[in-house]
Amino acid sequence: MFTAGRGRLVALGAVVVGAAIALSGCASSDPLANGGAGGSSTEAKATLIVGSQDYYSNEIIAEIYAQALEDGGYTVDRQFRIGQREVYLPEITASKIDVFPEYTGSLLQALDPKAAGGTKEVVYEALKAALPTGVSVLNEADASDGNSWTVTQALADKYSLTDIASLKNVTEKLYVGGNSELQTRPYGPKALESKYGIKIAGFKAVEDGGGPLTVKALVDNQIQLTNIYTADPNIKTNNLVALSDPDGLFFPDNVVPVVSKKVDTAAADILNKVSAALTADDLISLNSESVNDQKSAPSIATAWLTSKGLLK
Amino acid sequence: MNLFADGLAWIFDPAHYGGQDGLDTRSLQHIGISLLVLAISSVIAIPLGYAIGHTGRGRAAVIAISGGVRALPTLGLLVVIGLIVGIGLTAPVIALVVLAVPSILAGAYSGFESVDRRTIDAARAVGMTEWQILFKVEVPLGLPLLIGGLRSASLQVIATATLADYVGAGGLGHFIFLGLKTNDYSQMLAGSVFVVLLALLSELIFGLLQRLVVPAGVTAGKSSHVRRRPVRSQAASG
Repeated sequence: MFTAGRGRLVALGAVVVGAAIALSGCASSDPLANGGAGGSSTEAKATLIVGSQDYYSNEIIAEIYAQALEDGGYTVDRQFRIGQREVYLPEITASKIDVFPEYTGSLLQALDPKAAGGTKEVVYEALKAALPTGVSVLNEADASDGNSWTVTQALADKYSLTDIASLKNVTEKLYVGGNSELQTRPYGPKALESKYGIKIAGFKAVEDGGGPLTVKALVDNQIQLTNIYTADPNIKTNNLVALSDPDGLFFPDNVVPVVSKKVDTAAADILNKVSAALTADDLISLNSESVNDQKSAPSIATAWLTSKGLLK
Repeated sequence: MNLFADGLAWIFDPAHYGGQDGLDTRSLQHIGISLLVLAISSVIAIPLGYAIGHTGRGRAAVIAISGGVRALPTLGLLVVIGLIVGIGLTAPVIALVVLAVPSILAGAYSGFESVDRRTIDAARAVGMTEWQILFKVEVPLGLPLLIGGLRSASLQVIATATLADYVGAGGLGHFIFLGLKTNDYSQMLAGSVFVVLLALLSELIFGLLQRLVVPAGVTAGKSSHVRRRPVRSQAASG
């Protein structure tokens, strides 16, 4: 006879067995610890935390760093898509993150808003000086992904737009579109008005970081001016024009790994090799694979590292 | 508590009012977007709900669809529609209408279903046409539940209309996005407090509306001013 009491006991038993199985999975020791998968090296390499911005291109670079380090025997804890600089910069300076791909000029301006610009070497040296103790930068790469004021080819042709100052020629209403924090940046619409005397009709927030909504708004002429990153493959695909910046409104933004004290010489060597191999064209094609071919960051990273012979 | 105090200080700072990005301008935009969405959703949902409630047909299909639609994430829908129609008001309004319609629809047809069948039979017996039954019996009697549906839709829309500024359509979302991206939590809190205030205002208005608009006959059965003894018996025995 199947009484209510029996049924309850069976249910309780099932819950206990299920919980035991689940908890045993949680409690098992990390299989990668204690010199893991058959390495001949006897030293235990540290676990490094690699972070990235909430930007797909930055995530690809971070994944490249992570895979290169893993290939060198390190255990990597990936903490990608952390957010904007205001969010992760305190984490880097508190050394809670060990490796983070950054851009020289933007990071310098974030650390020292009054910094003077210059060539990429000047900015790199200034950045080294501006970093807090415990944080350092390794070699910068040739690849850069800076900000730019971008317009459509049609607008550029109509008003003969070549550099940022030539925006003064525009007689129609100029709406700036982009992430809302663009309004607070030192190169933002306020700088256009104060430095170049360009009349901005208004700001339209589009919160996708120069992504498809922003590009579509620019192409459809709902906004006339926006900030598109220079390594964005959309510039070529949609026939956009990134206005040249002879006055250095934007600082050069070369890709550079920001590292904490935990990163030893061997790890630094690995990252420097990656930086040496990363050219500007490389970065654009990496981005293109993500945006146009919809490939995932890990597969793009593996393909690139293999093509450069950086994976053992 | 310090964070909350900062948020309140941000609200009471006169520099944050006036101009394109002032709390007052953005609140008015927010109310405007919400009202527009409610109007459009009502035009879609109320006739449909009334048709379902009156005829009793299509109920299962509509409940299933509207239930599924409620689960759609509004931001995802907004981005997908935005990729088709571009930035501006269109994409958020469509996404918010999709959010509001299920609540109003449910209010409309459940209002009709709550009307006692005997009342409708009595109306038919008295000689009313179907249209007269609809407008003179079912609509007034179904009004409490309809207002309830509008009330809950309004609350959801006001809370979610913060997403409109994802594509630059205005509203109080500006303070939340900008505050979040620049770590200015007092600004974010100020925007959120204003959204809450608008939501409370909506609740107040719909609560009042519910009291004013319900016919006296509907509330009569619930209160004590119904005659205790039938009038007839005195006249018949007298």
